[in-house]
Amino acid sequence: MLTDLTLSEAQAALRAGTITAVALTQAHLERIRALEPDLHAYLTVTEDLALQAAEEADRRRANGDDSPLLGIPLAIKDVLMTRGVPTTAGSRILEGFLPPYTATAVQRLLDAGAVMLGKTNTDEFAMGSSTENSGYGPTRNPWDVACVPGGSSGGSAAAVAARLALGALGTDTGGSVRQPASFCGVCALKPSYGRVSRYGVIAFASSLDQVGVFGRSAADLAALLGVIAGHDPRDGTSMTLPVPDYAAALTGDIRGLRVGVPREYFVEGVQPAVEKTVRAAIDQLAALGAEVRPISLPHTEYALPIYYLIAPSEASANLARFDGVRYGLRDAQGALWPTYKATRGKGFGPEVKRRIMLGTYALSAGYYDAYYLKAQKVRTLIRQDFDRAFAEVDLIAAPTTPATAFRIGEKADDPLAMYLSDTLTLSASLAGIVGASVPCGFDENGLPIGLQIIGPAFDEPTVLRAADAYQRVTSWHSRRPPL
Amino acid sequence: MTFDRAMVAHIAELAKLQLSDEESERFAAQLSDILAYAERLQALDTEAIPPTASVLPLRNVLRPDVVEPSLPRGEALANAPDSADGQFRVDAILDSEGGAA
Repeated sequence: MLTDLTLSEAQAALRAGTITAVALTQAHLERIRALEPDLHAYLTVTEDLALQAAEEADRRRANGDDSPLLGIPLAIKDVLMTRGVPTTAGSRILEGFLPPYTATAVQRLLDAGAVMLGKTNTDEFAMGSSTENSGYGPTRNPWDVACVPGGSSGGSAAAVAARLALGALGTDTGGSVRQPASFCGVCALKPSYGRVSRYGVIAFASSLDQVGVFGRSAADLAALLGVIAGHDPRDGTSMTLPVPDYAAALTGDIRGLRVGVPREYFVEGVQPAVEKTVRAAIDQLAALGAEVRPISLPHTEYALPIYYLIAPSEASANLARFDGVRYGLRDAQGALWPTYKATRGKGFGPEVKRRIMLGTYALSAGYYDAYYLKAQKVRTLIRQDFDRAFAEVDLIAAPTTPATAFRIGEKADDPLAMYLSDTLTLSASLAGIVGASVPCGFDENGLPIGLQIIGPAFDEPTVLRAADAYQRVTSWHSRRPPL
Repeated sequence: MTFDRAMVAHIAELAKLQLSDEESERFAAQLSDILAYAERLQALDTEAIPPTASVLPLRNVLRPDVVEPSLPRGEALANAPDSADGQFRVDAILDSEGGAA
């Protein structure tokens, strides 16, 4: 089946002329029609636009064009703006919003010839770990539809797992591409902060937000990252560093690579099957010639409280723009302030309100030093942990999540329990460094487990090289869910 | 720190968020739990530690002061709930006496 190809295999087949972009796109659209009633990975399917883009891709190829993603069908998380295509960030407050411009990361995919299949489900404003906070209903995990796909980029992860797209974009603020990739048995990479433009990404926490990529192999991630990475004059925090050839980094050779295993990532609360499976994956890296050694990241336990002060603080400021004036819902009350309050009270869901409240409090007079400033200082300690670790090792290997996918509704009434599912991905976000998740096995219920590979800032090539080397000798990433 | 109903009302006012009674009650309990969890940060001595506002070694990012095209007015207004005469129309800000409406 055409939908079983990896992105890299599809690129080769399109180049060889054995398949067409139209056939590949139609195969995905048919599978979306068949499976969406069960999964709800997409909020919008842009069928007509996709077919037009596929026809255009076939025409361009016939004329000798060989753009890197020409004719490749992809899914885009609905927090990335797409001109003229509904973009909601999973929020009712943006129902019907038609962006007047396209996010740089998406535009770069389209310029490289990609075919957008649609916009994927997300926790509202990317705040959540399960997609249950979406204003449009949860996405279901393709491995067990009673379970969540993770979040916040759960729609993108589920779409790639279920073969409803060859790859996808997500965003990661505290683990929002790595955690759902782990839950859905696919690969994802959160680049270094500053590697990919945030222009056109609906802002959640601006010092943490970064666009990430999903695929079914490390090679797929390399292909997508190579297109979207790089400086953008429209995002002052996108770095001017040159973009390396990520595909060329996939040599299969990790002999002598120093891999640290942080003891703080294997503490109480990590499910036994997760620990066993991830340790076996690390043994595999050692068998490939990596030098594995224990390390310590002593401030790991503080990542969660830091994150849940800093991210909501930044969110409370960013979400002030949703006031019913320029776009989105307005619940008119006859006077401006009551209109603001009614609009925001009606348009935002519970988790978004909770975080706005928390952030407003942490930034308010009398509490700023004790909460926000304190969190920023401890954030420095987290960064210093990694600086010390990367003086001794090239990469860090650990579980992506403490446990496999949980059941829909299981943690819905306990925000703190929900936040704990992010506990192993938050540190890399706070430090702005690279984090990837690749499938490395299954638990006793057949749910996927992810190996997290963390690397220093802007060392995406080494992270991808290790992930690819692992995938050359294992087949976990090729398993498909029973749909 | 316990987050009582009065604190919830105060913060909701600052954040311009209308909350139902049920939400206020739930948030008071949940925010108390989350802040109690965050208390563990206070155990760390951070007197000499500089804060991290951004992980990047950037200060100001400047570009030449040249006028570039921006979003056309019609497109900027296209998503507005209400507009008139090329502007966003909003409810009254001041009442007829000049006080806040």
